[in-house]
This record gives sequence, C-alpha cells and structure tokens, in this order.
Amino acid sequence: MAEPNVMLNNPAPAGMTREQDLIARVQRGESELFYELVRPYERRVYAAAFAILRNETDAEDVAQEAVLKAFANIRQFRAEARFSTWLIQITVNEALMRRRRERTVVMEAIDDRREEEADYAPRDFADWREIPSEALERKEVRQKLAEALASLDRKYREVFVLRDMEQLNIQETAEALGISVASVKTRLLRARLMLRDLLAGGWEQGWFSRLPFEKGSKPW
Amino acid sequence: MVNVNCEKVWLEISNYVDGEIEPTLRTAMDEHFRTCKKCASVLAGMRNVIQLYGDERMIEVPAGYGRRLEKRLAQSARERSSGWSTWSAWLIPVAALALIAGGLRFANSLSVGEPLKSEHAQQAHGIPPEMTVVVTADAKIFHVAGCEFIHNKDTIRTLTAKEAMHEGYVPCLRCMRQYLHTADAGHTALGSEASADVDADDEHGRGR
Repeated sequence: MAEPNVMLNNPAPAGMTREQDLIARVQRGESELFYELVRPYERRVYAAAFAILRNETDAEDVAQEAVLKAFANIRQFRAEARFSTWLIQITVNEALMRRRRERTVVMEAIDDRREEEADYAPRDFADWREIPSEALERKEVRQKLAEALASLDRKYREVFVLRDMEQLNIQETAEALGISVASVKTRLLRARLMLRDLLAGGWEQGWFSRLPFEKGSKPW
Repeated sequence: MVNVNCEKVWLEISNYVDGEIEPTLRTAMDEHFRTCKKCASVLAGMRNVIQLYGDERMIEVPAGYGRRLEKRLAQSARERSSGWSTWSAWLIPVAALALIAGGLRFANSLSVGEPLKSEHAQQAHGIPPEMTVVVTADAKIFHVAGCEFIHNKDTIRTLTAKEAMHEGYVPCLRCMRQYLHTADAGHTALGSEASADVDADDEHGRGR
C-alpha cells in the first residue's frame, strides 16, 4: 500500500494527487520516479501474475516484464484512468500471453470448458463470529487461506483474485480475462461460497484453534 | 413485498454484497437475513472471506522481489537514456523518414498488445481531508460510519480522514467507494492510494 505520511509531506500541485503528479512527471521524462509510482502496487502486480501462472519464478519474471512494459508505455496512460488498474491489466495480459505460449495448462483448459455452475448450495451453517484481521498476522492462517484458494478450479480462482484481492471491478475483471460480465458474477459467487465452506471446514479441523474466539463458536 | 427463499438468496448473495442488485430484491433479502439464521451465516461468512483475502497481508512475494524489480527498472532506464545519446545524432533524419513512411502506423505498433481499457476508470476525486471516518482497534482500515465491513464495532473511534491517513490507516475499498460515488467532485485528495483505490470502482451501473 502507499505510504500516507510520505504523500502528505510532499504535497502535489493543487488539484492533483501525489500519484497524478508522479505520473505527469514520469511522462515528462523523470524516469527515476517510476519505481516510486509502482512501488505501492508491486505486490499486487506479483499476486496477479502468480494467480495466473502458479509458479513463483514465472510470476516474478512476468511481474518485472509488466512493470517494464508499463514504464515503456507510460505516455499512453490517460490521466483520468486508475493507474493501479492499468498496471494490473498489463500484468494479466502478460501472464495470459506467457501461459498461452507455454501451453502448460491443458488439463485445466478442459475443466474450463464445463458449463458455469451457479447453483452451488452452501454446506456449513455454523454460528458465525467475526474474525479479527489480526488473525492474518499468523503465517499458518495465511497459509491455510492460500491453500484454500489454490484448491479452487482455475476459472473461479482467477476471477476471485482479480476482483477480491486485486480490487478490480466486475467490468474490469471481465475485460482482463476476456470473459463476460455474467460469467464473472457467476464465478465470483461460486468462488466466494466455496472458500467460505472450505474455511468453515478448516475451523472444525482446528486451523484457527489458537485464535481468541469463544469456545464452541465458529468464525464462518 | 417480494419474498425470497434460501435458494434465491444463495444465487444473489454475491451480488448483494457487491451492491449489484435492484432495491426491491435488496429489501427482500434484508428481511430474509433478519429471519433466516442459515442465510445470515452464509452472508457473514462471505463477508469474512472477502475481508480476509482483500487484506494486503494475504499477498506473499518472494524474498528480495521489490529490490530486484527496482534494480531491473533502473537498468532499463539507464539503457534507455544511453541509447538516446548514442542514437540521437542520426535520430532526426530517421524520425523524418519514419514520418514519411507512415509514422502513424509506427506509433500504433508501440501499444501494449490489446488496447488498455482505461476508459472504464473514473475521474479521481479522492477523499475530503475533513471527512469524518471511523476506525477500529483490529485493522488499519478506515470506514464511513455504518459500513457493513466494520469488524469489532466495540472499539470504534471517530476521526477525520486526514488524521486516519496520518496514523497509517487506509480507506475501506467498499464503503469509501460507495461514498465517493455520490460525493461532489473537486475535493483535494489526501493521497494517491486513497484516491487510486477508491475513485475508480464505480460498479453501480457498470457491472450489471
């Protein structure tokens, strides 16, 4: 994420955000500022590439290529657009091209030809209790969440990552993946319901056992 | 009054969370959640999933990733600038030739693969510095009071957006987006991340 204090201490010209100011300056040739512009999003760039490629080396390579491509094309960036979305879309495009080139996903592609299944019925109706975000401080919780996500079929996982982790909107997610808005909505519903059930099951197996929840209640 | 059953609620619950349903259906679902514990559990769990996975801490990158990226960028910038000095001596005649030979086509070929869909992003307005927001003890996120994504409501504290940003809080991507959708344009934004993450996701009316 960006560093608010840095931004407040270096005010941009009137009417411009710090980011808009950085973009304008990079577009005018101050290349050395580009990393400062990208840095708040560099982790999200990697996560987008990893969601599609499922391989750390390839994801980092594509993340670098995407950032370089954004750098080379910064003059084409339109001021009214959202820079992070533009950057993520370049990344998704690069990652999809890499995947097509390497043809490593034959099996998953077959899976993706199946019809959309929207009528997923939730399986777990445990009493719900809020999970404090501090649970994420624990590596094993993050690990379990990552494993649950990785267990989803590709078509659900990619939509979920772009929408709920990368914070693209539904239209942008559809465009980035080259699918319809209706498909995004269907897959997103399915992904969110499946993850909820997967994590509810994990609760019963004690994934979150050291969390400060009341005895007998479930977080989902 | 429209009535909905559980199956209908499960079909629409994701759209409900995203604010992507018609007001009459929303009202019917609100009523259903008040009386159906099962569906209330599904809703609460789904919000938990979105909140947890939407947290920046869920993104793990390889050790040294940022440093390597910075290095590669610096290297690329150096190559570009040294390339410029080497080629600049005969750049002018080449540029003239390129123009004659169809410079427009040359320029078009520089674009990134498919055209980027930036026209869907909205004008950045940012968050008004003096806007009243709330924070809680368990997350570094600030919200509009009444946001459905506020957890641990017992520890709510009120402050201005500017103060929240000073303290290192970042805007809730859900409620701030909604607020900015109806806010007047022209406020000075507090910071790039605030405006960047909040301004553009105007899903209402576009994601349908």
